[in-house]
Amino acid sequence: MTAEPVPLRPVRPRWRETLGLLVRNKVALGAALVLLAIIVVAVFDRAFAPQSANAQDIADRLQAPSWSHPFGTDNLGRDILSRVIIGASVSLKVGFLSVGLALVVGTLLGLLAGYYGGWVDDVLMRLMDMLFAFPAVLLAIAILAIRGPGTSNTIIAIAVVYVPIFARVTRASVLGVREEVYVRASRSVGASDFRLLTRHVLPNAAPPIIVQTSVSLAFAVLAEAALSFLGLGTQPPNPSWGLMLAEGREFIGLAWWLAFFPGMAIVVTVLCFNLLGDGLRDVLDPRQRTLMAGGGR
Amino acid sequence: MSGSMAGPVLEVDDLRVQLRTPRGTAHVVNGLSYTVGPGETVAVVGESGSGKSVSVLALLGLLPPRVATVTGRALLEGEDLLAMSPERLRQVRGPGAGMVFQDPMTSLNPVLTVGKQIVEGLRAHADVSKEAARRRAAELLAEVGLPDPEGALDRYPHELSGGMRQRVVIAIALSNSPSLLIADEATTALDVTVQAQIIDLVEKLQADHGTGVIWITHDLGVVAGIADRVLVMYGGRCVEDGTVDDVLERPAHPYTRGLLGSLPDLAAPVGPDGELPDLTTVPGLPPAPTDLPTGCVFWPRCPVRGDARCETEQPPLVVVPRGQKGHFGPELPHRAATWCGG
Amino acid sequence: MVLAGVSVLVFSLIHLVKGDPVRRALGTRYSQEAYDALRARNGLDLPLVEQYFTWAGRALTGDLGVSFRSGEPVTTLIAERLPATLTLALAAIVLALLIAVPLGTISALRPRSVVDRIATVISQFGISVPDFWLAIVLILVFAGTLGWLPSGGYVPLTENPVEWAQRLILPAIATGVVSGSVLTRFVRSSVLEALGSDHVRTAQAKGLPTRQVFTWHVLRNALLPLVTVTGVQLAYLLSGVVVVEIVFSWPGLGQLALQAVEARDYPVLQGAVLLFALVFLVINLLVDLLYTRIDPRIRQ
Repeated sequence: MTAEPVPLRPVRPRWRETLGLLVRNKVALGAALVLLAIIVVAVFDRAFAPQSANAQDIADRLQAPSWSHPFGTDNLGRDILSRVIIGASVSLKVGFLSVGLALVVGTLLGLLAGYYGGWVDDVLMRLMDMLFAFPAVLLAIAILAIRGPGTSNTIIAIAVVYVPIFARVTRASVLGVREEVYVRASRSVGASDFRLLTRHVLPNAAPPIIVQTSVSLAFAVLAEAALSFLGLGTQPPNPSWGLMLAEGREFIGLAWWLAFFPGMAIVVTVLCFNLLGDGLRDVLDPRQRTLMAGGGR
Repeated sequence: MSGSMAGPVLEVDDLRVQLRTPRGTAHVVNGLSYTVGPGETVAVVGESGSGKSVSVLALLGLLPPRVATVTGRALLEGEDLLAMSPERLRQVRGPGAGMVFQDPMTSLNPVLTVGKQIVEGLRAHADVSKEAARRRAAELLAEVGLPDPEGALDRYPHELSGGMRQRVVIAIALSNSPSLLIADEATTALDVTVQAQIIDLVEKLQADHGTGVIWITHDLGVVAGIADRVLVMYGGRCVEDGTVDDVLERPAHPYTRGLLGSLPDLAAPVGPDGELPDLTTVPGLPPAPTDLPTGCVFWPRCPVRGDARCETEQPPLVVVPRGQKGHFGPELPHRAATWCGG
Repeated sequence: MVLAGVSVLVFSLIHLVKGDPVRRALGTRYSQEAYDALRARNGLDLPLVEQYFTWAGRALTGDLGVSFRSGEPVTTLIAERLPATLTLALAAIVLALLIAVPLGTISALRPRSVVDRIATVISQFGISVPDFWLAIVLILVFAGTLGWLPSGGYVPLTENPVEWAQRLILPAIATGVVSGSVLTRFVRSSVLEALGSDHVRTAQAKGLPTRQVFTWHVLRNALLPLVTVTGVQLAYLLSGVVVVEIVFSWPGLGQLALQAVEARDYPVLQGAVLLFALVFLVINLLVDLLYTRIDPRIRQ
């Protein structure tokens, strides 16, 4: 009796080809480039900002946009452009850290649930269902009510909201590949669970997770803005886009630019994450396995 | 030309279809001409991508108009389908020509009952009451051999098996007693016994109603069972046509011989002449319709190419000289388009 | 099952607060009597497990404890606020559907046309705009510059229908835009998919009039899954309402919840969160039930 040859693993998504397809999608490419620019500005915020975030100049307060203050000044005479730039680093930091946290925890839980099945799956997924039953913003508000406002708690709150989604997406992908011939074949020749998960299951489950990450970043930036707007997220005097909106709202009739520019910063950033997500979905995940298409809300 | 007594049901003349695709213009059908007489079954055979399905969808205007350009003439009982107004074409679909599609799993609307789907077809063409149309629908279902036709009217497609669904599709196609029935790979998705039942059914209905049938398939076994005449398509052209005996037993085109060779049932595909090369399969793939070869469409895959004209000139359809067997009566000519078959 | 889990999570809320929630809530109004009374009334003097069952048992009968702040029953507070929130959420989802169905359908019927491109750009923006920012801009333009509509507040329908409608328009737009955009994209892809399906070709081959093919074989099939997506959107919208309510001074549950957070009024927050989760679950359940009734493939 001769051993059957181990069937070959299907070719992994070829990254170069994927990248090529993405480059041909002009909208997604544009979005990626704008995001890159925003990230660079956010990382080197102090170098790009013409002034410090909290440099006050009462004499210069509530100035309309001009050459010296392209986005105008606020009620304390602070330069809005500088605050938007420095706010970018706050907003993006919260976005990336919270989604990163949700990604790690959610993917891990989804892998465990999907790969082991049985009671592990039951317990984990029921837990995820419960978290999922809370409206997102309200869940975050409740968490912040318990833990108190602030940046790090905001990150945790948003992450908790998004853990179930990553867990579900990952689990669905894992279930899809778990019974594929190449996984069964590797198991039959005695590959360890860890090796199977990292070498075979995860790479094939990756595309929808990547798409979900981009869409989730859009949500996270919005959520951070909403929570800060409500006074629960980033605390003054640190500038975050949501907080600037809340401050600008009081002067809306007097000086529209206070609320307008941070709002546009949010729109552009979120739009780019969404467009990139759409582009990634077209390229990586044509079967649309990702949950909650569109804004992730 | 045709020797049949009444006029043909369908007369297709120089049908050409171009589809706009992201990769350029696809020349899917390139000058197709044939006739279907009353009560006659014409089988159109060829690999997938040979343009068979597109050629019949084009006849009934079922290709997306933004994408497809259709030229030529197609007279259905003397009236040109390709020159009709959209409203006239709508009136002809149904009573003029009925169509049965390949996949019975998807060709019925999953959220409407079987009865509703038959009744709406009846009522689109005749001023009948809902009750009368429903009675007629039950009769039709009985005619196509559905058990419990009355009950089946209120069933949804997903509650029926594939074979039963295809019977429903046939009932819909026949509901307005069309003079032409087009079956596009109608049995391909079904298993062999069901396939045989469906073929019997169509033959019986055809005998009863005198319908002309175009039977599109890539299964030569089906062709032998059902067809009067055969038209072999390759690269959007007719490369050989003739009576089912002529084409299946004395294939003149190397492609037809290849197709016959790839048929497992016919172990010895070559006629008694014994002079033809013993083809078992047709190696290679059919040409992309966006990028058809110059010269004979088949030459890149042709095992017997040798004529100088193969690469430069498309051979015309010419009558194949008869073999040693005598022929009597007003038989249709056997034609093939090849430089090297003779 | 999920509801039981949810109730445990909501219950934990008050106990996860660092320190003594009652003491923190009372702040400067602290007195031993007030403290003991509040603790006793909300059952916080019992052992933990007993507390949960007392709370859950009372919650089942509609008693969610009393506000740390005003001493009023939480149920009363919520009942006062619920109509405003439901009005806003329903108005927003109706508005979203009114935009999404025609716009998505037209886009799908004319893919890559000018209308389609404009609809795509608008819906892409609609998904990316923070609703509260849109709310501010709407107030600035329509209440400020143009002065056409009031900038906030709520009037019950029974009191003054005209004013009710006037005050509802802007908050409904701000809340509904996101859902409208998501639904537009959904309708577009759903109609496109239906247009390309085999059974539509069968319907055309039967010689049905174009209008009949469209309503019975394209639209009907495309809009069936819309029920599910609309339900999900309604549920999300209820959560999105929180922030919009603040901007428009809309006396709904969101405002109540936020005020509870600020005042550390945990029983009220607990009640509001539980109610939101309950509504979310009920909507999902209703959608599932409805869907099994209207889609014959699931109906048994």
